[in-house]
Amino acid sequence: MTFAAGARVRVRDDWPETRGPCHIRTPHYLRGRTGVVVRHLGDFPNPEDLAFARPAERRPLYHVRFAQPPIWHEGHEGDDVQVEIFEHWLEDA
Amino acid sequence: MDEDANLPPPESRPRATHDLGGVSRFLCEPVDTTPHALTEFDREVDALRQILGMRGIMGVDELRRGVEALPEEEYFGLSYYQRWIRAISATLLRKSVITEAELRTAISELS
Repeated sequence: MTFAAGARVRVRDDWPETRGPCHIRTPHYLRGRTGVVVRHLGDFPNPEDLAFARPAERRPLYHVRFAQPPIWHEGHEGDDVQVEIFEHWLEDA
Repeated sequence: MDEDANLPPPESRPRATHDLGGVSRFLCEPVDTTPHALTEFDREVDALRQILGMRGIMGVDELRRGVEALPEEEYFGLSYYQRWIRAISATLLRKSVITEAELRTAISELS
């Protein structure tokens, strides 16, 4: 486990969709966004590999919270979006 | 947050067809939240997927990948379980669990 609760993280601005068949659980609207780790949820087999019936390494999964207004330009100050994101999609911010 | 202000607008990004969160074209129509009755077809497809999972032939992640691989016009033209059966057939063909000929025969026997 790399990220502790409260860590500021950035979601990788990566688009595997442009490179061929893939299965990605990181929503498009969070790529490149900065948020805060809420908690480590456990380690789970990487669905990006499970989707192709490949051996899947267990990867840490986190709840990460983002301010909502800058993402969708709606909502109020203090509204947030909380999403489950695998560690390999996160980097220090 | 400030450092995110320079990101390109979401509509300009190469998102996948199924990755619909916050896409503005769907903000204009109310979501139909009334319960939908399952058809016999829906139940059969669901049962088939469960059997394939229990036998270790095909997992839910493979199902999702198969649904996500549908071309956009099919993705939006098919019902929920129609997407599933398309994904199941494509996966079973790719893994050589069934052959094209077997699939064609099975479909012709239905008509």
